[in-house]
Amino acid sequence: MSQPSGPQTALHAVLEISFDYTRSLGPTLGAFMTALADRRILGARASDGSVHAPPFEYDPVTAAPPEELVEVGPGGTVTSWSWLPAPQEGQPLDVPFGWALIKLDGADTAMLHAVDAGSAAAMRTGMRVRPRWSGRRGSGITDIECFEPGEPPASGTVSTAGTVSTADAATVAMLTMPITLSYEHTVSPGESSFLLALAEGRLIGQRCPACQKVYIPPRGACPVDGVPTQDEVQLPDTGIVTTFCVVNVPFHGQQVPVPYVAASVLLDGADIAFQHLILGCDPNEVKMGMRVKAVWKPREEWETSLRNIEYFEPAGGPDAPYESYAHHL
Amino acid sequence: MKQRAAVLGTGQTQHRSKRADVSIAGLCREAIDRALADACLTGDQIDAVVLGKAPDLFEGVMMPELYLADALGAVGKPLLRVHTAGSVGGATGLVAASLIQAGVHRRVLAVAFEKQSESNAMWALSISPPFSMPVLAGAGGYFAPHIRSYIRRSGAPAHIGAMVAAKDRRNGARNPCAHLRQADMTMEKVLASPMLWDPVRYDETCPSSDGACAVVIGDQAAAEASGQPVAWIRGTAMRTEPTMFSGKDHVNPRAGYDCAQALWAAAGISSPVDQIDAAEIYVPFSWFEPMWLENLGFAEPGGGWRLTESGDTEITGQIPVNPSGGVLSSNPIGASGLLRFAESAMQVTGKAGEHQVAGARTALGHAYGGGSQYFSMWVVGDTPD
Repeated sequence: MSQPSGPQTALHAVLEISFDYTRSLGPTLGAFMTALADRRILGARASDGSVHAPPFEYDPVTAAPPEELVEVGPGGTVTSWSWLPAPQEGQPLDVPFGWALIKLDGADTAMLHAVDAGSAAAMRTGMRVRPRWSGRRGSGITDIECFEPGEPPASGTVSTAGTVSTADAATVAMLTMPITLSYEHTVSPGESSFLLALAEGRLIGQRCPACQKVYIPPRGACPVDGVPTQDEVQLPDTGIVTTFCVVNVPFHGQQVPVPYVAASVLLDGADIAFQHLILGCDPNEVKMGMRVKAVWKPREEWETSLRNIEYFEPAGGPDAPYESYAHHL
Repeated sequence: MKQRAAVLGTGQTQHRSKRADVSIAGLCREAIDRALADACLTGDQIDAVVLGKAPDLFEGVMMPELYLADALGAVGKPLLRVHTAGSVGGATGLVAASLIQAGVHRRVLAVAFEKQSESNAMWALSISPPFSMPVLAGAGGYFAPHIRSYIRRSGAPAHIGAMVAAKDRRNGARNPCAHLRQADMTMEKVLASPMLWDPVRYDETCPSSDGACAVVIGDQAAAEASGQPVAWIRGTAMRTEPTMFSGKDHVNPRAGYDCAQALWAAAGISSPVDQIDAAEIYVPFSWFEPMWLENLGFAEPGGGWRLTESGDTEITGQIPVNPSGGVLSSNPIGASGLLRFAESAMQVTGKAGEHQVAGARTALGHAYGGGSQYFSMWVVGDTPD
């Protein structure tokens, strides 16, 4: 989390999310990737007789599934290329390489893959390449680690071209594709003021000059009137629960142990509730209209975050009458 | 002046928790092939394709419409992608309808899908940005407090949500495509299921499904040439509002109310509860049946639960709601709205099989999305006017 250099500086921090997505391959891509695991490359014959490698799932002209898959390559010819001097993490090679469109022998379309040519000077359109198989099987297109200059071996590992039925059992039916996204999350100037005040233990909202409603967290503009909001209002750390649920569901990425009460907390003097935790009592004791007060983390742990308030707890006293908050539901 | 438009055919997949046998493309094609067969058409008779799905984070495929062009049969044709969160299926149907009503095309294919098994929607909907409190807990965590507000505001008895869930699951058993088919579901079983997001129980919650839906919409000439029953689109409406603002009514959102009023005016309907024969309403959590019945004007505010309690929303009732089993029986999120629209068309063309509402001539399709932020609706009938 970066340190602000002045009151107008918008706060920002890294937001990284990741998930291991799965890919159900279906009959055509399943057959293609099963063949890759067997060190063979398949293409699909199109309605016009041309062979597409990799195979299409649906014919680009007739939209029909391929009637037959045929073996292509393993040798191929570069039809166009671009040199990548500085590979990034997750790319096929960690040394400079060429991204190339490669038309495999027997195919009429080109596929994209990496060529380990050593230097851009060694790359040219029309160059002959052959696959270098990786140590993995069943990883999909990365079963081919890359292509490298040269003709395929004349005998032995090269099978003769033939027809492969789509009815062949696809033993590679699913791939796992981990995806990670890293964002720089930047908040608005209005929310920055709110967060900087939180770092000092204060709660700051903004009042709309038109409707006079107080928004916390402030947004810099009123969503109803569409006008800028600059008038800051300090609010107490007490309020009421307007409504809530008790979360009993554990899930991937969850940060609070279940069960917990997720509540809409309406601070005294605010005109909109925000979501926070209610602890300090049995979840069954939480009620709509219950008065609550903030429980702050120790001061030395404060940062520019609403997490400085660890949770809200019952403040005692009579519940707010329903009519006093019904319009906030 | 709008041109007349009609649903010529509908198709949907077998919805299941995991359709590991097909890719995303294959899933879409299953629905498309069934829709084209239902309409007695071939792909080359389609002029344009409109695709809808929920957020890309749900499958981790950015802009899937690009790679799906072949599978959708969209090569050489206009291809549009629509996104309005959970209402996207409905919005997709309405965009396709508007291309016909505007006189741009003769036949348009609307397709919507979700392959929830490729990811985890609960995770995707619960990402906490920096500086915020990590209390998000998926769609259930978002909507459960508003359901609590509805119960408080309306004074509805606690068992209404369970009644809805049991009815929709039993209806799902009549629908061969439904993900959950639970003919023996009862209110007691629902009440005995675990509390997930109190006050929402496990069996009051939609499943996580893989599935797709496709609808072919045509102009008057295409409808008349079809030689079989079509569902005439009698009115459409869409409305939007911010997710959060001071004064937002989370129980009875203004955008939904306004959308319904515009819809009834467009369709010439003055008393929905009397004039609508079947309603396919987006109910992902059971309590949204009474909430939307009020928002849509089938009942006065606070009175929706009485229609449920009296049995009027059963398939044999005065206003059958979700005879297909609804979102509570199948929830491929991006497709769920289009499924509501397709099912409403199936009702007025007499194609709903075991979940057919007897004598249905006018039906509602409804979808909502975001934090009750987007609304899409249509009314279809067995005659053009």
